[in-house]
Amino acid sequence: MRDFGYQRAHDVPGAVALLGADPDARYLGGGTNLVDLMKTGVERPALLVDVRELPLDGIESTDDGGLRVGATVTNSDLAAHPEVRRRYPALAEAVLAGASGQLRNMATVGGNLLQRTRCGYFTDLSKPCNKRTPGSGCSAVEGEHHNHAILGATAHCVAIHPSDMGVALTAFDAVVTYETVDGPGQSPLAEFYLPVGETPHLETALPPGALITGVTLPPAPVAARSRYRKVRERASYAFAIGSIAGALDVRDGVVREVRVAFGAVASRPWRAREAERVLTGGPATAEAFAAAADAELAAAEPLADNAYKVTLTRNLVVALLTELTEEAAR
Amino acid sequence: MAPSTSSALTLNINGEKHTLTVDHRTTLLDALRERLDLTGTKKGCDQGQCGACTVLMDGRRAVSCLQLAVAAEGREITTIEGVADGDRLHPVQQAFLDLDGLQCGYCTPGQICSALGVIQEHAAGWPSAATTDVRPEAGVPELTAEEIRERMSGNLCRCGAYVSIVQAVAEAARAEEESA
Repeated sequence: MRDFGYQRAHDVPGAVALLGADPDARYLGGGTNLVDLMKTGVERPALLVDVRELPLDGIESTDDGGLRVGATVTNSDLAAHPEVRRRYPALAEAVLAGASGQLRNMATVGGNLLQRTRCGYFTDLSKPCNKRTPGSGCSAVEGEHHNHAILGATAHCVAIHPSDMGVALTAFDAVVTYETVDGPGQSPLAEFYLPVGETPHLETALPPGALITGVTLPPAPVAARSRYRKVRERASYAFAIGSIAGALDVRDGVVREVRVAFGAVASRPWRAREAERVLTGGPATAEAFAAAADAELAAAEPLADNAYKVTLTRNLVVALLTELTEEAAR
Repeated sequence: MAPSTSSALTLNINGEKHTLTVDHRTTLLDALRERLDLTGTKKGCDQGQCGACTVLMDGRRAVSCLQLAVAAEGREITTIEGVADGDRLHPVQQAFLDLDGLQCGYCTPGQICSALGVIQEHAAGWPSAATTDVRPEAGVPELTAEEIRERMSGNLCRCGAYVSIVQAVAEAARAEEESA
């Protein structure tokens, strides 16, 4: 590991100023991803600015009925919060589906959004990877890619974003807020992750040196009936090979409002807007759910060894929306 | 000027203050084992995947291999050495002994620290991925074997003593509830 300086920040302007002074500096939150990547040499910061003690650890209701979650709130505290569980249950379920109890106690909301892909080539310094070393090539396109992207990928990178939390946040139109030396800014999560294109190393719309200060969830009554479902290769403590966050408002068998987002299919949490469009105003039946999934997944471009994800994701849509429809009928 | 790459710091471990100078690259795990002779905390994968290095930080379980020592200053750290009350084993330790919740024992300090966290988290009403309904109105889920397996899934045991580990955690949680 490269040796590095360490500074503990006590206020947001101080943290932003410290980082802005050094292009090789990184913010340290829970460290569950960054420290791991520093051990393997993927990340080589010259300075860590520890932001864990910043006063960004609150979860508050907003005046319009949404929730504002501070960037240093731990995954555990987010998932345990009564208002998250009551108003956005799929978000609590998504967080609980990720990592282990120990890691959720350490990991923060801001860090979760900025965690890097778990593509094995990204973390293997002996292999080409455009995300790690721009222009070196993508090893996964022709290599081990059974858990890589089916949507939105390019020949330059087929890695997926590993977050569970981000999938639920995307379904609920969360907005990321941040601070820079030039003042605050915000970005809807739907626009936060950049398209892969030819620059997979450029991952987010955050300006250089920006510090995520929190995530705002707008009010979403539909989210009160929501769920997160995750498929993985063992029963617990593994990254998704497919996941879905869904919310449904169905009355008299008709879909009034629906939210759907997929995980483990793209470089970012994937909001299934086409599926939502097809479903809204139509019947809440398994056939309609399958047709909506097909409409969304028509754009899928699976690789040689991950076409199973198209079927898996389709099945998740049908299963989750059917479950939500049955819950509504009870 | 390049920033200093080491710091003098004080770590609060099992109620005792330890002052030492560490290279910033030092993890809490390595500081415990290599610098402070607290070798009860074990190094398994060193990547946050096996749970052998689990300790409690401010009462919450955490993996010490991904925790930089310098960032642990100011936190209250409890390691396996601080779990018993003198010669009297903690009920979680006693349950692991009574129910054979181990074979080789290497993962056991991490299992026990994790179990302490699980019992506290459950007592605080936290749901888990095994909880059918996470909404607060649904109440606190019963600490079933399925709940324990999910909540303990961050602790691997290569001997495969999981069946007894689940029984030991259930027994310890039951004993704790009775004494509360």
